[in-house]
Amino acid sequence: MTELKQRILPMVQKPARYTGGEWGEVKKDLSGIRVRVAFCFPDTYEIGMSNVGMRILYGVMNRMEGVWCERVFAPWGDMEEQMRQHQLPLWALESQDPVKDFDMIAFSIGYEMAYSNILNMLDLSGVPLHSADRHDLKNIVFAGGVCAFNPEPLADFIDFFSLGEGEDITVEIVSLYDQAKAEGWSKDAFLHAVAKIPGVYVPSFYRHEYNPDGTLSAIVPLEGAPKKVTKRIIEDLDSAYFPTDMIVPSTEIVHDRANLEVFRGCIRGCRFCQAGFSCRPVRKKSPEVLYRQAVEILENSGNNEITVSSLSTSDYRGLKELTDQLIPYCADHKINLSVPSLRADNFSRELMQKLQTVRKSGLTFAPEAGTQRLRDVINKNLTEDEILTTCANAFSGGWNNVKLYFMLGLPTETDEDVLGIAELVYKVIQTWKECASNKKRGLRVHVATAYFVPKPHTPFQWEKQITPQEYLRRCRLLKDHFYSKSIEYDYHSPDLSRLEAVFARGDRRLGPVIEAAVKSGARLDGWDEYFNYAKWYAAFRECGVDEDFYTTRGYGEEEILPWDTIDVGTGKRFLKLERKRAYEGKVTPDCRHGCAGCGASNLLKEVACDA
Amino acid sequence: MPRALFEKTGNAIWISHLDLMRVFQRSFKRAGLPLTHTQGFNPRPSVSIALPMSVGVESRCELLDFDLEGDPISNEEICERLNRALVEGVRVLRVYDDGAKLKHLCYLSCEVDLEYDNGIPEQAQAEISGLFAREEVTVEKKNKNGVRQENIIPMIKRLEISPGDSNTLVLHGLVCCQNPTLNPMQLCTAIDLYLPELKPDFARCRRMEIYDETETVFR
Repeated sequence: MTELKQRILPMVQKPARYTGGEWGEVKKDLSGIRVRVAFCFPDTYEIGMSNVGMRILYGVMNRMEGVWCERVFAPWGDMEEQMRQHQLPLWALESQDPVKDFDMIAFSIGYEMAYSNILNMLDLSGVPLHSADRHDLKNIVFAGGVCAFNPEPLADFIDFFSLGEGEDITVEIVSLYDQAKAEGWSKDAFLHAVAKIPGVYVPSFYRHEYNPDGTLSAIVPLEGAPKKVTKRIIEDLDSAYFPTDMIVPSTEIVHDRANLEVFRGCIRGCRFCQAGFSCRPVRKKSPEVLYRQAVEILENSGNNEITVSSLSTSDYRGLKELTDQLIPYCADHKINLSVPSLRADNFSRELMQKLQTVRKSGLTFAPEAGTQRLRDVINKNLTEDEILTTCANAFSGGWNNVKLYFMLGLPTETDEDVLGIAELVYKVIQTWKECASNKKRGLRVHVATAYFVPKPHTPFQWEKQITPQEYLRRCRLLKDHFYSKSIEYDYHSPDLSRLEAVFARGDRRLGPVIEAAVKSGARLDGWDEYFNYAKWYAAFRECGVDEDFYTTRGYGEEEILPWDTIDVGTGKRFLKLERKRAYEGKVTPDCRHGCAGCGASNLLKEVACDA
Repeated sequence: MPRALFEKTGNAIWISHLDLMRVFQRSFKRAGLPLTHTQGFNPRPSVSIALPMSVGVESRCELLDFDLEGDPISNEEICERLNRALVEGVRVLRVYDDGAKLKHLCYLSCEVDLEYDNGIPEQAQAEISGLFAREEVTVEKKNKNGVRQENIIPMIKRLEISPGDSNTLVLHGLVCCQNPTLNPMQLCTAIDLYLPELKPDFARCRRMEIYDETETVFR
């Protein structure tokens, strides 16, 4: 007779995402396995399988003898319904074994809106949500990813966090667990030992105390825990592990292609950008190594598309050398090469022309702000002239599609800045009228505005978020000034960004809120089909937590911040200085035009910052 | 154009038709067998599958047409190299230099398992036989033009029923698979509709073999 899972699969959408069996998945003989890791990505298969970090760490752990790391993703709603109805606990793809049978449960968290999925996945696994309710070494839950840079909202649920780049630290953690399991340590003994690994943060070793006004009065390290935990980085990317034998999904995923990471860090200092400040210092990979890895990954995977990835890819010094080699290889093998995240400089324009195979993808800019004044405030060094020149070239080359991304609610923003967006869009349209070589199909300008979310470890980490009402007023103001039929304007409802802002700078008092929301059915919040702010609103009221405290209030510069325990390399003093310069409208040149002294280079022992 | 006979079993049955095309395109690449590409605005590797199949159906008789660039390679080697590069559950059984014209593909031999968790109900075999002996059994057929009622009996060339095990009845059918097409799962739909008390707890389907209009094996 057909077993339960096989009977459920025909009833759900895209069943292939639950079965495993893809090309390149790692299967091991259980008899030789001492540590089993369930590597959970708190979103669907299509999102998680597109994540390079997950692919790297999957490879890192599976290269370890005696360790088997398997993948787990959040089920879509239809599958969750079936699982709950039939009491079928969440399973890992490779062995199809229940997550609760695993030694370690790891989460990679890149987005605050995944928090509900973490709790829901633990619940679907039948694993207690609270760290304090899990007494054994078995089912130890740890997490990494960008969100670990302010882990406090998850402090109740995650036993420990792994900060920064995971290639080395993950091996150290899993090896220590291997020893602990063999020697029969208690969970507490393990937590004390793992806290000694640099980059490991154990939230239960810190007591957070509050003032009557709700702000933090003290963060007290307990049991000899370090006052600060510094994130880990890989110094030499050339010799670091990079998976060239990737898993090739049998069903379509979001980024269904090979992905080649060319460098880490960023030389730009856009003051709103968390990645830009928290992923420093800049470390490069050499074009020779990258070319070799690109060929290997393409041959092993059979992919017909490869993308080069990093923050601000134009800033990769070896880009010309790499693409000079890769373009002919890709042409010979009928492979599409894409280089996103290019800046509007001359070399990039040439490169775009070279890359232009058959498909003409659109042109995308993220000026973020409508006026030069505000772009200076946020240190987005993209000028109107650069945008219009690139547009002019593209339009004369036959492009008729432009996407422009902005943020509303940036610090110091006035109505003049909002209307500046409309003016810039109008100039783009004028440019098209003057330069377009093919006007038959008309022009389409897609404008999108996001609601600014202040993020930890950026110069704007203290800023207020504007109210949702004010955000909507600015959206409407802008909309009223778009006269052309060529413009398509998108703005999201403010709820999601408000919630994101709460969690981004949240503290431990948010744990009960997340739990209450998940209990009432919040999950898959990153998906419009599922996001329901009413559930969150009710959870905030139930727990007596005011969203405004974390959003519109703004944080004082002298205030103790929930994430003060976490050191990402860029110091608070530098962030304050950058904030001051923002208010003075002063730009800070990119790192290549002079080191601004952010402090991240102190993380390097063997090599110098490559900015 | 060369043609491959392949089977789709195990977890691979959950791969959809479009996804399976992609799986093959990548497998050819991994196997170092360069496919020719279609001409046109968006060149695509030339692979096509004769009879698209619903998700969840197992098959031992799938046909894939493809076209290779470069020096000729023996069919045995293509078969071997592809199988080394394919995902579990998809296996090429044989490669032919050329295939018969698809318009001659006519019948599909299939099996439908009807699973009864509390044992096969008495009279089930007889009643189901009786149902398919009628002149008209109408079920809903959905396609892109909407839903319409369709009599499935003329599309059933032969049908036998036998117990598989104590919980399973197996329908062995020979049905039309092209102009018109009967999805074998419609046999199960008919039972649900006409004999609701005999609705199985679960049903699954296998494609066994395909034939031309003279009931000769089609390749």
